Amino acid sequence: MFAPIEDLYRLAPELVLCTFGILVMLAEPFVPRKRSGLVAFLALLGAGAALAATRLSWAHPGTAFYGLVRVDDFSIFLHFVVGAVAVLVILGSRDYLEREGLHRGEFYALVLFATAGMGVMVSAQELVTAFIGLEISSISSYILASFRRNVPKSNESAMKYFLLGSFATSFFLYGVALVYGATGTTLLSRMDSASGNPTLLRLGLGMIFIGLAFKVASAPFQLWTPDVYEGAPTPVTALLSSGPKAAAFALLLRIFDTVFAASQLWVWAIWVSAALTMFAGNLAALVQSNVKRMLAYSSIAHAGYILVAFAARNEIGTAAVLFYLVAYALMKLGAFTMVTHLGGEGERRLEINDYAGLGSQQPAAAAFLTLYLFSLLGLPVTAGFLGKFYIFNAALKSHLVWLAVLLAINTVISAYYYLRVIVVMYMREPQKEWAATPIPRAVGLVLVLTAAGTLYLGLFPNYLMEFATQSAVLPR
Amino acid sequence: MSLELVLFFVLAAMAIGGAVSLILQRHPIHSALSLIVVMVALAGLYLLLGAEFIAAVQIIVYAGAIMVLFVFVIMLLNAGVEARTNVSRMARYVGLPLGFFLTVELAYWIAGGAGRQAPVSAGPTPTRELARMLFREFVFPFELTSILILIAILGAVVLAKKET
Amino acid sequence: MPSRYIPILIYAILAAAFPAVTLIIFKFIRPDSTSAGAKLKPYECGIPPESDARGRYSVRFYIVAILFVIFDVETIFLFPWAVQFNALGLYGLVTMFVFLGILIIGYIWLYKKGALEWV
Repeated sequence: MFAPIEDLYRLAPELVLCTFGILVMLAEPFVPRKRSGLVAFLALLGAGAALAATRLSWAHPGTAFYGLVRVDDFSIFLHFVVGAVAVLVILGSRDYLEREGLHRGEFYALVLFATAGMGVMVSAQELVTAFIGLEISSISSYILASFRRNVPKSNESAMKYFLLGSFATSFFLYGVALVYGATGTTLLSRMDSASGNPTLLRLGLGMIFIGLAFKVASAPFQLWTPDVYEGAPTPVTALLSSGPKAAAFALLLRIFDTVFAASQLWVWAIWVSAALTMFAGNLAALVQSNVKRMLAYSSIAHAGYILVAFAARNEIGTAAVLFYLVAYALMKLGAFTMVTHLGGEGERRLEINDYAGLGSQQPAAAAFLTLYLFSLLGLPVTAGFLGKFYIFNAALKSHLVWLAVLLAINTVISAYYYLRVIVVMYMREPQKEWAATPIPRAVGLVLVLTAAGTLYLGLFPNYLMEFATQSAVLPR
Repeated sequence: MSLELVLFFVLAAMAIGGAVSLILQRHPIHSALSLIVVMVALAGLYLLLGAEFIAAVQIIVYAGAIMVLFVFVIMLLNAGVEARTNVSRMARYVGLPLGFFLTVELAYWIAGGAGRQAPVSAGPTPTRELARMLFREFVFPFELTSILILIAILGAVVLAKKET
Repeated sequence: MPSRYIPILIYAILAAAFPAVTLIIFKFIRPDSTSAGAKLKPYECGIPPESDARGRYSVRFYIVAILFVIFDVETIFLFPWAVQFNALGLYGLVTMFVFLGILIIGYIWLYKKGALEWV
């Protein structure tokens, strides 16, 4: 009847996140405006506690709630990723929200709820549960993306995000319905043994792939990304580009690795999508003049790289995906946090040309941004380099030689637009005077943590890679 | 033809007719009314399948609450007769054939697998069985749904309420 | 399809037929008043009306409408619970109260936020 206590331990991160989300939400109308820092602190505490709770649930591996969720190394790994993303986003958004006059407790509550949704996605063993997790994280992101209510451009992008996102979710749901019709179960582990209808199963899995491909912004479902990333408040862009993407990739891996019938299906579609995504992202990024848009297209390109590892369909590939998700989250969070700070009040300093002379005026900011861009490009001693290396390795092991070649070509293309920003920062004279505001302490902490992480993974990847390899073994 | 088959075709025709009318109507209120036809026809189809609870939900939530919201928004915006534009060539020359292709493909695949669906267990009455599933096996997603609804409340107020 | 729904079907047909039949009958027996043009105009103290009768609503009402939908969805879950109330016993009660408790928190928040105030 009542769930055993172990089940609650296994769900500890979600319970903590939801509890703190509710507390933050309730605190908002009760705490006076002047003490708004208290709400932010409570949210930070919640995200930190979720990391601790993840450690606790690690000690209780197994399935919970009639096999709907499963705690294993895979889910723990990704819980750490989404939890850390939440901590960094909350740290980095306080000063932004104060600056833009958007400071409201609901922002943090939504970040915590979204993280709980992602947590459910990465540990779900059953499609209805996964769907609810996906909805929780998506709906929170829609609201977060429209937080700048007074900016028409932001409203437009949030509307696009909401409409297209709902459309994609309905694809996912239709897929779930077809899979249920084919197998009579929504439990992933039972699908193979169910005497079902392979055609319907195949159709359903294809629909599920489309729905999740939208969430990770892979071609041909990537069109919403640049508008949404540009229009959303920059800390939200940082969140969107890291957390939900990791969770959606995790769900894809979970479904396609657990259901044996799925592992052989749609391989060509993943191949085509990976190639298209890389080119769509990198070629469009070449002609962008706005930094946020450029990073959005770069984010599409990175989804393509991760899909290459996904297309490998083996445990080396899964480990490469997991490693890359961490490396990618670190550099994207760092880059967007830097862009948030440099944007200034009202997010006005966003053109690449506005960064001219940054190297001499704000050397620290320029150095941080350079590091993130190098990592995004994949230069040695950064996390991005090793991440790409592992993906390359996985692709070659699975004889995806052409995909590996395309990956290399794309890396070369991407060098142009990453290096252009660096050239502008260090070698151009500024055309306009920008007030150099000092970096707030919390933002500085995010920058130091992400930069340190990027370098650490670039120099000593072994510990994380071992953990990723161990997590890549998904029970059938 | 049995009564069920006759009813199925009547309801299916109502649903498709309503959906086509929804797209073709030029006044938003007429579109909204067409949508009610679709909803009610779907509720009838669910009933034919023996899914009484879902049929009731369809009427209470969709034909009731959500349609109220739709009509509300139409009144809120004071939306008049829609002006037809012909800007999207893409929708006409690429979208229509692709939509047609998808329909044919889905129909082909589903027809090819007809009669081979996996057996689904059914309890004494569908609603009782549903309740048992909802509160036992699916109790976790059920509780999560409350968080989802909470987020919806939060979003509605955060996005629509005037700042004080 | 269970045959016990046939009364409902007949009821639905009757409900749909009633306005249609009424309108058709009255079409034939009522006097034609459309010939006098002024009779079709809305009455506004004898002065020709200045604007459309369909005015805009305040966005405030939208929040009320959407909250109605949200709480309506919540209510839906009470039906299966009520059907199995005896079989579920204390367990069902606790489960349902956790669900409702989370939503009552949402209600408290709404109240404190002043989202339910009309003016």
